[in-house]
Amino acid sequence: MNILEVYDLTKFYGDFKAVCGITFTVKKGEVFGLLGPNGAGKTTTINMLTGLALPTQGRVVYSGTDYTHNIKKAQHLMGVVPDESNLYPELTGLENLCFCGALYGLKKAERRAKAEFLFEQFGLKDAKDKKFSAYSRGMKRRLTIAAGIIHDPPILFLDEPTTGIDVASARQIRNILKDMNKKGTTIFLTTHYIEEAERLCDRVAFIVEGKIIEVDYVDELIHPVKDRNILILTISGVSDGLEEKLSSILPGFSCKRLSDSDIRIESDRAFRTGHIIRIMEEAGIDVMEAKRMRATLEDVFVEVTGIEAQEMKKEKEKKAQEG
Amino acid sequence: MNNLIAFFAIFLKDIKTYYLKPPNISWGIIFPFAWAGMFFIRTGGNMMDVMSILLGIMAISILFGTTSMLSVTITFEKKSRTFDRILLSPIPLGLIMFAKTSGAILFGIVNAFVPYLVAGFFVNLSHIHLSIVMAAIVLISIASTFMGLFIATSVSEVFEAQTFSNFFRFPMIFLCGLFFPISKLPLFLRPLSYIMPLTYGVDILHGAINHSSALPYAFDFAVLFLFCAILFYISLYNIKKRWVF
Repeated sequence: MNILEVYDLTKFYGDFKAVCGITFTVKKGEVFGLLGPNGAGKTTTINMLTGLALPTQGRVVYSGTDYTHNIKKAQHLMGVVPDESNLYPELTGLENLCFCGALYGLKKAERRAKAEFLFEQFGLKDAKDKKFSAYSRGMKRRLTIAAGIIHDPPILFLDEPTTGIDVASARQIRNILKDMNKKGTTIFLTTHYIEEAERLCDRVAFIVEGKIIEVDYVDELIHPVKDRNILILTISGVSDGLEEKLSSILPGFSCKRLSDSDIRIESDRAFRTGHIIRIMEEAGIDVMEAKRMRATLEDVFVEVTGIEAQEMKKEKEKKAQEG
Repeated sequence: MNNLIAFFAIFLKDIKTYYLKPPNISWGIIFPFAWAGMFFIRTGGNMMDVMSILLGIMAISILFGTTSMLSVTITFEKKSRTFDRILLSPIPLGLIMFAKTSGAILFGIVNAFVPYLVAGFFVNLSHIHLSIVMAAIVLISIASTFMGLFIATSVSEVFEAQTFSNFFRFPMIFLCGLFFPISKLPLFLRPLSYIMPLTYGVDILHGAINHSSALPYAFDFAVLFLFCAILFYISLYNIKKRWVF
C-alpha cells in the first residue's frame, strides 16, 4: 500500500523550473531515499510535500486522499526534519519538545511523557534542561528528529539528516531511523551520502536538475553491477599518461584515475590482485596499497547520472561547514 | 480542542520568550514615563496637564510596543526558520497568526494601562468612560499589532522591519490628531490622517477621556475594526505569497 503518491509534481520559481514533473510513490513502512546533487530539487520536493511550498502543477496523495490543494490537512500525518534545525535556541530541550507536541494538540501530561521518553530514546536525557543553543550539532540534529516524531507521524521526512555532524552522532541517527522504521514509521529522506542511502533505504530515486531519472529498490539497482570486480590501487612514480599506459598493459580492464595517487581498475571477469600488481610493477608503476571493493550504489549513481558522487559529497560538506 | 492547545502553546511561548523578558518589561514601564516626562517639561509641569497628555501617551505606548515587538520577532523567527516549525504544524494559518499576534496585543494593552494607572495617583479619573477606553485600547492594540504583522510579512530582514515600522509610525503620530487637531492640519494632509487606523482610536480616546471626539464612536469603532480585518487579510495573503510559495 502506498502512503504517498506523487504525480507530475512541478515547481517553477519565475522562469526557473526547480522540479520538472516528477512522479513516484512511497510504500507504507519503507525507507525511501531521494538522491541528487546540490540544486537538484530535493528540498523543493520535500517543501512541496510538506506544505512549505505550493506545487505549480501535479498531485500529492497521502494514504489515498488527494491533498494537493490543502497539504495543511495532511500535516498531522507527517513529521518533518529540515536540513537546518528549526527549534527555538532560547528554549530548553524539554520546552522545545513539549512545544512541538502542543502544536499537534497533545495534552500537557501526554506531551511531557512523550518528551521524556524521546529524551531517553535519543540519549539526550542529561541535556533536557539545557538551552537548545547550548547543544552540539549532533545533539541538535537528534532533538530536531525527536521533535519531528513527537506526535507519532506515519511518515517522517528528513532533509540531509546526517550532514555536518560527527561520525558517532551520524551512526546514532542512522540507528534511530532504523529503529523507527522497524516500528512502522515510513521514512522519506534526502541525502548526498550515497553509502548512507544504500545502508538505510529500501528504495531510492535519483534526481538531477529537477527530474527523476531512476527509481527502484536498492538491490535491484545494484544487481546488474554486483558481480563487477573492482580494485583501488594507491601508486607512486607515474604522473603523465597513466591511463593510456594502463590500457596497454591491462587490456580488457577499465582503468580510471581517481586522484594523483589512486586508480580504479574494474572488470566483469574475475582477476587476482597479485597478478595485476605484478603486471604494473613490471611496467614500472609502484603499487603502495591495493584494496578490493564491491560495486555499490555509488557506482550505479555515477553511471546513471554521470555525476561524481565524491565531488557531490565534498561540495555539500563544504556548504554544511560554511553554514 | 487540538487547535486550542496549539494556540495557547504559541501564545504562552511568545509571552515567555519575548514579552516577559526584562528589557521588554522595562520598556513597558520606562517608555510611558519618558514620554510623560517629555510632555511635562514641555508644558511646565502642571498636574492639570496629565489629562491632556494621558491619551497621547497611551496611544503612543501601544503603537510603539506592538509594532516594534511583532515585526521584529516574526521577521527574526522567519529568518532563523523557527517559524517554519509552526507552519509545518496542522494548524490553520489564520489561527497561527492570531496566536502569534495575541501576545503583542496583550503587550500593547498592558503598556497602555501603565500610564493610566500612574495617572490615577495624580488626578481624578472618575469622569473617564473606562469601558470605552478599554474597548478603544483593545482595538488600537489589535490594529497596531496587525500593522506590525503586515510589516513583518512584507520584509525579509530584521533591520528592514525596524525601518519599515518607522515609515508608518512617525507620520501616524503627527497626523492622527494627538498633537494637533486634524481640523487644524493643512488641507492636503487631512486625507492622510483618515487613512490611518490610529486616528480613529485616538478620536475614541479623546471622547472617552476629554469628551471631545470629532466622529461618532460607532463610526470610529467600525473603521478601526475594518482596518484590523484588512491588515490581517493582507498579512495572510503576504504569508501565502512570500513564505509558502
